[in-house]
Amino acid sequence: MNEVVLNVNNLFASYRKTNVLHSINIDVHAGSLTGIIGPNGAGKSTLIKTILNLHPPLTGSVKFFNEPFRKAKRRIGYVPQRGAVDWDFPTDALDVVTMGLYGKIGWLKRPTKKDKAKAYEALDKMGMADFADRQISQLSGGQQQRVFLARALVQDADLYFMDEPLAGVDAATERAIMTILQELKAKGKTVLVVHHDLQTVEDYFDHVLLLNRTVISHGRTAEVFTRDKIAETYGGNMRWMGASS
Amino acid sequence: MSYTAWILLTASLVGLSCGIIGVFLILRKTAMMADAISHTVLLGIVLAFIVTREVSGTAMLIGGILAGLLTAFLVQALHTLDVQHDASMGIVFTTLFAIGVILIATSIGNAHLDVQHALMGEITFIPFHTITLPIIGEIPQATAMLLFVFLVVLISIVAFYKEWKITTFDPALAASLGIPVLLMHYVFMGLVSVTTVASFDAVGAIMVVAMLITPAASAYLWTDKLSLMIVLSGGFGVVSALVGYWIAAWIDTSISGSMAFATGLVFLLSFIFSAAHGLIAKRMKPEIGT
Repeated sequence: MNEVVLNVNNLFASYRKTNVLHSINIDVHAGSLTGIIGPNGAGKSTLIKTILNLHPPLTGSVKFFNEPFRKAKRRIGYVPQRGAVDWDFPTDALDVVTMGLYGKIGWLKRPTKKDKAKAYEALDKMGMADFADRQISQLSGGQQQRVFLARALVQDADLYFMDEPLAGVDAATERAIMTILQELKAKGKTVLVVHHDLQTVEDYFDHVLLLNRTVISHGRTAEVFTRDKIAETYGGNMRWMGASS
Repeated sequence: MSYTAWILLTASLVGLSCGIIGVFLILRKTAMMADAISHTVLLGIVLAFIVTREVSGTAMLIGGILAGLLTAFLVQALHTLDVQHDASMGIVFTTLFAIGVILIATSIGNAHLDVQHALMGEITFIPFHTITLPIIGEIPQATAMLLFVFLVVLISIVAFYKEWKITTFDPALAASLGIPVLLMHYVFMGLVSVTTVASFDAVGAIMVVAMLITPAASAYLWTDKLSLMIVLSGGFGVVSALVGYWIAAWIDTSISGSMAFATGLVFLLSFIFSAAHGLIAKRMKPEIGT
């Protein structure tokens, strides 16, 4: 079995005084593509944010590549929810992608022509080269998500966390993003994706993490993504059977 | 330099510093933090006076920074204790401001420091309080302080431009890249505080809010580029200061009031005529994108 790239040990987190996550224990292996699935309020986003220390945990430890976050941060990529940023911000698509390189560029330095070229290349890979100098508020939801994915690509990380990258995007964008995720996996990168559409889970992910405040089940999709486990995760609320977004 | 030239230079420096800082206040959606800090720096200035017993620029700057940071810290602290963000801002700044007002009334007496002066400023007196600096020579104290603060603001924003940009646009990504988002928040609040304190003599603690917010809000209507927005905002600040002085001289009224009014005029014109987001432009062409 591949190297463990993410180890979450007994993690607890609260949000606004309610306990959102309790006793989370996860081992994620290199080269896996994991869907994080669970009902609304299950703590999916909070889990990612707590793992990345964007949200302080109550207790517990997280190791990346057997090291603390501070030492591993260059190898970690993060795609926040599209709604988490203000798309009216005065900037263009290329500039947003270039932000993925800010950690590597370092303090007091400006992005170079080479950095811009890298960002442009990533935009091109997402089919967005023609929109490089487009103000970001003028992009559609799917195009904005592609920009976010391009930004993740320039980070050139080994371990990616993506928060609902497929939410509210058009079919073409969904295909483009899944192609990229498969490519990352083929290169031996590890990707964790918060996902909401149960009908596509089996097609998209080789691993599944079923979450509802705690880990209900985690493992290979074929073994874990079963009717019983899903029912347990969603607590009898089987909306997913008919509805998909 | 002539009396009028000093006043115009001083007011322009207020416009520049406030214009630059204001861009990030607007984009960080913390415009009302300017209102809060503009009040609470009064407490810092009063405490600085009580400790040093003189109206000194350096002590006032330090007192103002401390009061501004205390405001930012308390607002954040109350918010994490589940008080709504706007409510915690309202609670903190009125309380700290009230303490400042009480202290002025009880322990300062007849010194050159009163509530009226603090709120409205008095730019007409600025050329009379001069200090002598090496190389530059004799310069009004308030002007020297504003020049210093303008350089601090300019250097901080230019040197850490990409860090300000990313922590403003996407703080979550910034944090995941290892950029100290919280530290930068407090540094920014420190910059807002020094700008406010330095502008205090010129336009007063209340009018500085107009200078911090309105030119930046106007610039936002003209451009989709952050760097250009900063330049425009600083420019609008200067234009407002100059036009304001001219209005005040013309109808013989409050200079700081006229300058704040001029920022409103600049905004109104931007709102109507801006090529990017103005009323006329919106009528002329249909909305593009989604």
